[in-house]
Amino acid sequence: MPIRVRYFASLKDKVGRSEDELIYATPLSVRDAWRQLHPNLPLPEPLLAAVNMEYVDLDALVQDGDELGFFPPVTGG
Amino acid sequence: MLIELRAEAFDPWREVQAYQANFQDLAGKFGATAVFVGSMRDFNQGDGVSAMSLEYYPGMTEKQLQRIVECAQSRWQLLNSLVLHRIGDVKPQDTLVLVAVWSAHRGDAFDANRYIMEELKSQAPFWKRETLSDGRQRWVEKNSDGYAH
Repeated sequence: MPIRVRYFASLKDKVGRSEDELIYATPLSVRDAWRQLHPNLPLPEPLLAAVNMEYVDLDALVQDGDELGFFPPVTGG
Repeated sequence: MLIELRAEAFDPWREVQAYQANFQDLAGKFGATAVFVGSMRDFNQGDGVSAMSLEYYPGMTEKQLQRIVECAQSRWQLLNSLVLHRIGDVKPQDTLVLVAVWSAHRGDAFDANRYIMEELKSQAPFWKRETLSDGRQRWVEKNSDGYAH
């Protein structure tokens, strides 16, 4: 089961697509997942991340079958 | 409790009235209803704004809103709560968000309403893309603190 990676708002524009799939045998951190997918794109600052729709910090682990979301600070209301 | 994302314009006052009409069992039980309505301005950060689009994270946004309201219900004595938020294309004057809470007393109603609104602003995954009066588009990078004078 690949890791489904989703991008929102200005990050989607920056990356140029709304989704990626990441196939990785062992659990890796959110930060490492970004680096695997975007070796030439430094980690945006500020950056928010969610695993399976729960906020996590960038050192949290993702594994097979997880959904990882990357997005900028939220601006609702 | 009702939490909904709305793709169409809505009248917040009618929504409050219609929702309240559905809980006759609470008639005479609540002494305080606190209502917050957030509307779209036609200006932001010194620029005219002619339109806006609200993106969200389907599934996560609803989950976070649910958590925020449940947290308010655990901290204050609330009899009922209503949260509506627009998604998609909006225009100036449109209502963006409605938060209404019903309680026996005003203290809980005021405090819970403000808590829900502040948490929504900082935790719920929504993102605003503005179209400025000159046609340029930009993402709103962060919410103001909301207390500018």
